[in-house]
Formats: sequence, C-alpha cells, structure tokens
Amino acid sequence: MLKGRHLIEVNDFNLQELDEILTFAEKIVENPAKYAELGKGKLMATLFYEPSTRTKFSFESAMMRLGGQVIGFSDPKASSTSKGESLADTTQTIACYSDLIVMRHPKEGAPKWASKYSDVPIVNAGDGGHQHPTQTLTDLLTIRSLKGRLNKLTVGICGDLKFGRTTHSLVKTLSRYEDINFVFISPEELKIPKYIKDGLSKDAYKETDSLDGIMPELDILYMTRIQKERFFNEEDYLRLKGYYILDNEKMELAKSDMIVMHPLPRVNEIATEVDKDPRAVYFAQAKYGMYVRMALIAKLLGLEE
Amino acid sequence: MINVASIKKGIVIDHIKRGNGYKIYKQLGLQKLEDTIVLIKNIPSHKMGKKDLIKIENDIDLDFTVLGLIDPNVTINIIENGKKANKIKLKLPEKVNGIMKCTNPRCISTIEDVGDIEFSLVDEEKKEYKCEYCDARTHL
Repeated sequence: MLKGRHLIEVNDFNLQELDEILTFAEKIVENPAKYAELGKGKLMATLFYEPSTRTKFSFESAMMRLGGQVIGFSDPKASSTSKGESLADTTQTIACYSDLIVMRHPKEGAPKWASKYSDVPIVNAGDGGHQHPTQTLTDLLTIRSLKGRLNKLTVGICGDLKFGRTTHSLVKTLSRYEDINFVFISPEELKIPKYIKDGLSKDAYKETDSLDGIMPELDILYMTRIQKERFFNEEDYLRLKGYYILDNEKMELAKSDMIVMHPLPRVNEIATEVDKDPRAVYFAQAKYGMYVRMALIAKLLGLEE
Repeated sequence: MINVASIKKGIVIDHIKRGNGYKIYKQLGLQKLEDTIVLIKNIPSHKMGKKDLIKIENDIDLDFTVLGLIDPNVTINIIENGKKANKIKLKLPEKVNGIMKCTNPRCISTIEDVGDIEFSLVDEEKKEYKCEYCDARTHL
C-alpha cells in the first residue's frame, strides 16, 4: 500500500511497490489523456530550499498533467525560513494546506526530518549530495520501457562515480534485481566508494578507466557529469572534465541496441553529435521522469487508476 | 590499599579504563538501585597501570550493550556461590540513541534542533555507526 507513504530514499519501497509505480507509469505513457483529471482537487506543495528548475518543473508538470494544482517556493528567502522558522514548523504548516509535499533541501536528511512532522506524504526531491529517489525511479522506468526488462543487463556507469548520488542510488537499486552486471568506468580519482561495492557480490561488477575497451559489452551506458562544485582545485576539475567524451566514433563500438542515459544537465561529456543517434535516450529519459512522477504522486495520494 | 570483600552472588565489571568507572555507573543507572554497589577508582593494575572496577552485590538484569560504546575492553563476570559462573562478552549495540553526534557538516542536524539522533551500527569491526538522517558514518 503506497497511499500516505513518504519517499525519502528508493529503498523505502520494496520491489513489488516499485513495480506497482512503474507499471502505472507505463499505463500513463500509453494514454496520458486518460489520467488528465485523476488529481483534480488535489494540491501539491513544492518546497525548494535550493534552486533546481529541472526537478521542480518535472514535479509541477506531473501534478498539473494529473489535473492537480501546485503551490510552493523556489527561494527560501521568500518563505518564513528567512524569519527564522524551523523546517519542522514550516512542514507542519504546509501539511495543513496541501495533500503532498515535495522537498528539495541543501542539507542531507532534511526530508527525513521533515517527514516526522507531516501527516501528508513527503517526497525527497534531492537533499544535498545524499538521495534523489525520483531520479532513480526515472532511470528504472527508462530502462524498463526501452530495454523491456530490469534484469539480465550489463550496465556501464561512467564519469564521476565518487560523488554522484544519482549513480550510487541507481547501483544500489538495480542490484536488487537479478543478473545485473555493472562496469564502473572512471578515472582513479573518481572511483566508486568502497561501501557501494561492499553491497555487491564480487562477480557482479568490474572497474576500468577505459570507455572504448568496454563499449561492445554494454546494454546500457549511463554517463554522468563531472561536477565542478565537488572540486576545491580548478586545475583538477579542468583535467578530469575532459576525461571521457562520448562521440560518434565511440558509439560505433557499441551494440546496435545499447542505450545511452544521462541524468542531465550535461557539460561536455556527450558530444552534441550523439544526440541524433537513436540510442541516445537522455531527453526521452527526462520525459519518463515526468511520467514516473505522475504515477508516484497518484499512488501516494491513493488516487484510483 | 582499600580492601573490598569478595561477593557471593552478583556482578563484577572489571578492567574498566581509568576514569570510565563513573560513566558506566551512571549509564547503567546504578544510582537508582538499592543493592550494595561499590565503585573503586584508580586501582593499580599490571596490565593497565590503573583501572576502575564496579561490584554489584546482586545478580540483576542489566543491559550491558551500552558498555561496548563507553569502554569495549571491560570484562563482566557473573558471580554465583563466590565463584565466576559466567563471563559476558560485550557486543556493540545495533542502535544508539542520544550518545553520539553527527559529524557531517552537511547534515540537517547542524542547522535544525533535531534532539537525540538514532545511530545504527554498520561496521562492528570498525565501530562505525550511521546517522539516521544523512547516513554519514561516524566512528566511536
């Protein structure tokens, strides 16, 4: 039963519950018009304590496409936080007005703390470098829709694997499905943390710094951005920024049905020439993100299909 | 040296690191008991230089898991008929409330008054716990 639940991290839901959301999302993808009034009369609050246009728009468009309405802020200076109100008090107040709260916060664990003060569902829309569960739901729907399955896959994850919360969450979640093989492709300085690998069996992953060499084996290539804000030293950032650049030449090495994913925004890690390749699915991925958020909102609000 | 008579039946907490005796006394809530209890501080010890020791003259049910956090090297002997009947090996508690603080500067607990944080044991060998909010690992 998903009605009334919070989503703080993907592991809050078991595989059956994830399947329930993904299956409903696929139904919405097939016929969005059928669900255009499902959320009529419902109100979602978006509390964005740090700016994130993309995620905010994705949630808001999801709610509006369900026929629901949206209130919220994207700048805490415009809210009572600037008057010194605690997150607990803000949450309790907003929970009086709305049916669902979507929260983005720079502090890690903020949505979990807020969930203790809310009797309406709280959805974590990103808490610092910690969790971003709806990005993982987006990735799962993209893979299931375009590959037709969430098992028996070789998944290459490339770029910043040290700091990337998106990739950590994806690895943890995909490892709950059967026969998933990971290839972690990163420079030495940005290798995936040991505690993530500790959660995997030894034969379920390998590590390399060569993208070219591994391309022919992959069913999915998940590219990530090297994040400037993670570096103290500009020189290191500039050196690592150009470490992997996916272009048409590299794409020639890949299987004809491989898909390239990216959580966006990209900087230079995927050359724009790749966008025309039918295997480049990162913009479709953004669209799946909206659909999976529609399904999530509907399920948490207990709206009948 | 002060001599304290050996006990017939009860609990002896030995090899307490010097200075930890009173902490353990308080943490176990021994001040609330009516039984005969002795806390001895700064006893000369071959192994430890100086140590603390607690004797409780009654075999009562105490939760010793918290001792693993304060002083994992203590030994706990249960005494029956004046002899050691049982030795309890300390284990770290799975959950700890109100003893540790999160050291992650990005944790919500740094800006919001969240009260006591629950920490869960993630690595017994390294004595690592994780914060219930940000999952950051903290060593004991």
